[in-house]
Amino acid sequence: MTEINLEKSTIRELNEALQAGSSGDKFSVNNTVGKHALSVGLTTKVDVEINGHVGYYCAGMNQQANIIINGNAGPGLAENMMSGQVRVTGNASQYAAATAHGGLLVIEGDSSSRCGISMKGVNIVVGGNIGHMSAFMAQSGCLVVCGDAGDALGDSIYEAKIYVRGKVKSLGTDCIEKEMRDEHKKELQQLLSQSKMSHGVEEFRRYGSARKLYNFDIDQVDDY
Amino acid sequence: MCGIVGLFIKNQALESQLGALVAPMLSEMTERGPDSAGIAVYRNPQENGCKITVLAQHQDFDWGALEAAISNHFSLRDITVTRNHAVLSLDSEIDDVQVWMRDNWSDLSITSAGTNIEIFKGKGNPAEFIDQFDIKSMTGTHALGHTRMATESAITTEHSHPFSTGQDLCLVHNGSLSNHNRLRETLRKKGVHFKTDNDSEVAAGYLSWRLSEGDDLDQALNHAIEDLDGFYTFAIGTRDGFAVMRDPIGCKPAIMAETDDWAAMSSEYRAIATLPGAENARIWEPEPTQIYSWKRS
Repeated sequence: MTEINLEKSTIRELNEALQAGSSGDKFSVNNTVGKHALSVGLTTKVDVEINGHVGYYCAGMNQQANIIINGNAGPGLAENMMSGQVRVTGNASQYAAATAHGGLLVIEGDSSSRCGISMKGVNIVVGGNIGHMSAFMAQSGCLVVCGDAGDALGDSIYEAKIYVRGKVKSLGTDCIEKEMRDEHKKELQQLLSQSKMSHGVEEFRRYGSARKLYNFDIDQVDDY
Repeated sequence: MCGIVGLFIKNQALESQLGALVAPMLSEMTERGPDSAGIAVYRNPQENGCKITVLAQHQDFDWGALEAAISNHFSLRDITVTRNHAVLSLDSEIDDVQVWMRDNWSDLSITSAGTNIEIFKGKGNPAEFIDQFDIKSMTGTHALGHTRMATESAITTEHSHPFSTGQDLCLVHNGSLSNHNRLRETLRKKGVHFKTDNDSEVAAGYLSWRLSEGDDLDQALNHAIEDLDGFYTFAIGTRDGFAVMRDPIGCKPAIMAETDDWAAMSSEYRAIATLPGAENARIWEPEPTQIYSWKRS
């Protein structure tokens, strides 16, 4: 285990050390005091444990690394993540996992507005509630919400899947409730187990695209 | 971008350290606003009297002349000069003093009026501001601070925050308003005075107008949601505490924290992290359009 103390090391030194890590290396990061851009751009299977609250853009562009944040995360957590796993024990601020292509983001607490905006294949599991405009223009991947969802959930959604256990304040344009078939139950069960959430799949409802907003309709070809 | 900080002391033993606690918060927000900085501090209440802060356009202003003139018209308790600012404590009616100041001292502007509030602001790096105004030694019950990155209007001391919105009231703003020109004209017709073309001053003027129409602070803020178009996190200082509100979209960041000793808000957690006990504080993000307020009981 390599310990990096941000009272002594700069953010650049931290990220360089983590990026140079080999598969299986373990790091702990302390004295974070809300600093920005911690543990970004990692490309190997290192394990990083961050102790304390973090600021903007933590774990951005993550590939393969397993990152645990023991605290709260500021805006832009795991933005554009490609693979690997990011877990936050507290809450996350706006636009967590925005545009992320792959991997798993687990937020044990709440996530605020625009969670999973334009997600492109990432799986997100939120233990608590999520804020307004979450999964806006979400293209693929799953957003699992064990609590409630805010206004305009899944507005202008493409092919991402949303599972919500609690109440949905309102659905966005072209987002509708959909049937929970066996393949969805299986997928959800897998995500819940992977993220260590103990809820039963029967407690969730599924939401997705009505496919009326983005699909090209051959009957309207003359309109273009 | 801009940075906002607010600190409300719950444990009276910490009132002597208000400035020492708030200065590092403000300093931490330098990257969000390196153009100018300002602070509203609530302290030294003037029982049966009033207090105003005035700002001179030049550092070499003749404060002695002002002291002599004001003493001829009003009962002056005290005048404390810090660089181009002076805090005047008087035994007089505050409205009379403000009218007299505006009529006779057009090169001075009143940055705050009330019984407790004092507002200081300056162009340049927040670190310089903190040193020049000796923020670290300030005592008091609560303070709001602002670091500015100008987007809508010029970088001058007068364009800097906090803006006074009435007696013992002030506003700091992170964001930008898009309908401020039209709204400024509307408010001018209603008798609200503006000193600059700054969008945040319009928000302050708007709140002053609503309050003068009989709204309480919560009502005025709820009206603001209807009439202000743009992005904002507002922090509003009051005689007894402060309030925080974000716009309906909630674009601009805000974080709040509370311990047994203090309650704080900021644009980012890293400013709050400078406070004693922050690591164990209750921390949350304010919901859009919800008003959060602290008051001294």
